[in-house]
Amino acid sequence: MSELKLMKGNEALAEAAIRAGVDAYFGYPITPQTEIIEYLMTARPENRTGMVVLQAESEIAAINMVYGAASTGKKAMTSSSSPGISLKLEGISYLAGAELPAVIVNVVRGGPGLGTIQPSQADYFQSVKGGGHGDYKLYVLAPASVQEMADFVEDAFDIAFKYRAPVLILSDGLIGQMMEKVILKDQKPRLTDAELIEKQGNWAVTGKKGRERNIITSLDLQSERMEARVHRLQKKYAQMEQEDLRFEKINCDDADYLIVAYGSSARISQKAVELARAKGIKVGLLRPITLFPFPKQALFELANQVKGILSVELNAGQMVEDVRLSVEHKIPVEHFGRTGGIIHTPEEIVAALEQKIINNGSFRHHKTRESSIL
Amino acid sequence: MEVLDIIKPENQVFCKSQLMTDTPLSYCPGCGHGTANNLIMEVIDEMGISEDTIGVAPVGCSVLAYDFMNIDMTQAAHGRAPAVATAIVRTWPEKYVFTYQGDGDLAAIGTAETIHACNRGENMVIFFINNGIYGMTGGQMAPTTLEGMKSSTSPYGREIATMGSPLKITELIANLPGVYSVSRHALHTHKHVRKAKIAIRQAFENTRLKKGLSFIEILSNCNSGWKMTPNDANEWMVENMFPYFPLGDIKVEGKLKV
Amino acid sequence: MAKVRGAIVVNTQICKGCEVCVPVCQEKVIGISSDVNRKGYHYAYMKNPEACNGCTNCGTVCPDRAIAVYRVKVAT
Repeated sequence: MSELKLMKGNEALAEAAIRAGVDAYFGYPITPQTEIIEYLMTARPENRTGMVVLQAESEIAAINMVYGAASTGKKAMTSSSSPGISLKLEGISYLAGAELPAVIVNVVRGGPGLGTIQPSQADYFQSVKGGGHGDYKLYVLAPASVQEMADFVEDAFDIAFKYRAPVLILSDGLIGQMMEKVILKDQKPRLTDAELIEKQGNWAVTGKKGRERNIITSLDLQSERMEARVHRLQKKYAQMEQEDLRFEKINCDDADYLIVAYGSSARISQKAVELARAKGIKVGLLRPITLFPFPKQALFELANQVKGILSVELNAGQMVEDVRLSVEHKIPVEHFGRTGGIIHTPEEIVAALEQKIINNGSFRHHKTRESSIL
Repeated sequence: MEVLDIIKPENQVFCKSQLMTDTPLSYCPGCGHGTANNLIMEVIDEMGISEDTIGVAPVGCSVLAYDFMNIDMTQAAHGRAPAVATAIVRTWPEKYVFTYQGDGDLAAIGTAETIHACNRGENMVIFFINNGIYGMTGGQMAPTTLEGMKSSTSPYGREIATMGSPLKITELIANLPGVYSVSRHALHTHKHVRKAKIAIRQAFENTRLKKGLSFIEILSNCNSGWKMTPNDANEWMVENMFPYFPLGDIKVEGKLKV
Repeated sequence: MAKVRGAIVVNTQICKGCEVCVPVCQEKVIGISSDVNRKGYHYAYMKNPEACNGCTNCGTVCPDRAIAVYRVKVAT
């Protein structure tokens, strides 16, 4: 029976993992996401579903544990925050190269370096442009609510196993720490070993019973074979763009201007849209739910309708580049965003929209833009 | 009696294990890795557990181990095999899981993973091939490179003052309660190989009985790294490595050998 | 007459001429051929075939398991 609860984003994600039939979670403490492993250690899911929960000696060990369990076809995940994700990037690249299904959660905090523990969206490039080494991308889901923190665990594993690829849930300290109502689904049973071997036995290393042995590796010293492997990955990403793009349009039908924002910035921008419309400025919001695949086509079409776009992100300007690419510079696209862990307010967003887009007559198309946060 | 009469199939008393593939080994001529790869597969074959064994190959000379070992294997990032193996053994408690790692992999970049997998007493076997050098990358100094031993990154010999002394990682982890059995071996003579084989079998027995972590260090020559012929290298190993890394049991059934 | 006769068959293609088998053979059976295999390695061979008693020492230490060992009882 699904349950209505009031939970923190991090805890909702942890409970949802248990209910989604996840086989193993490997974690390591780092603010602002430590509640995930704390919740799992308290819930002791090994007694409920047999799920393994282990605190590793480092984020590096944790991602390699995910790699180990994923090699055997098990549903394995880890979570961390920005600096911890940087430590995991080699492992993530291995997951992509070895074509292993896995879920990684990044509850982003201010950076670079030790940065701050307050929320941020400054890991956009790291998440969407691969982050680790090599020609790979991550399918990136960006939750904007506690409900999505819960729902996206199962969604992420569905994509991970559909494509045999690592999937990233890109949250942030605000979504992770705040409490909201959340509807939790019924318990989905974990696969038995026999069911798993039947489903994944053709590739997973479960012990070569009744078949030739399997190998999991991302190594290919023969260039022709490595190229074939790289092309196989790119085909997956193209298919993701075809079949699994997710985004949401709010108040866009009559919009003269557009805000593009994901996660916590999207929540705040909804209020900004209200405030602007109250002042007679017809602005809409496009919320990417997947950051890769990115809603390029939708933006390209909206660029024929609106006069300018403001990319609102808690960083110094990252997604704004992808928005510009999507609209091919047909119309002005500017960035606004507080950094350092400060959360921008709806009023600040409306002011930025007016100052940078609406009142800014000159369309500085080709001129180099001075930094958007000065 | 003619040789042809002797070499009839029914008279065969030794040959390559069927659990090794036909791929020629990538190891340099006379390298201990080859002997170790074969010996481990011989034991797994004799114990009849190949269908329930999953191996974890690291980065290093043995990164291609899965081309030679005909069992399910996964390749781990440099130093991370103990973590990869931990997750396999935790999600498949009935399987035999082993890692096969070199000294750079296990005692340099993977030190933390080694110590913590041992400290958790994971029910698996760690094979540690110690040849005192980074072989795959062409002979650089490793954590177990001996004092005065030359390498491409200690061209004038290892200096304790600036490079620290060779790391006795095996003695280090032997002190961790989770570690059930620890022994150090070599494979350059038939006597040493037979002794090592007994230890390898015991290690997988420990896994079957869920006794916790079994750790087997195997000293080996590195002919290209040390720039010696295989037999000279083996002699050098006996004269120089054995005193610093003494062979034998270090921990038996959870108790340190005094 | 030896009670037991042995012999080895060296897979000359995978033998790398490392000579590790030579010192462990108490009977001094094994020599290194002046011929080379297709990879240019001088492979091992039975220099003194009669001396072999099939003790398997050589096979045991061969890193490439290039040596198969045979042994047969001989009526005295």
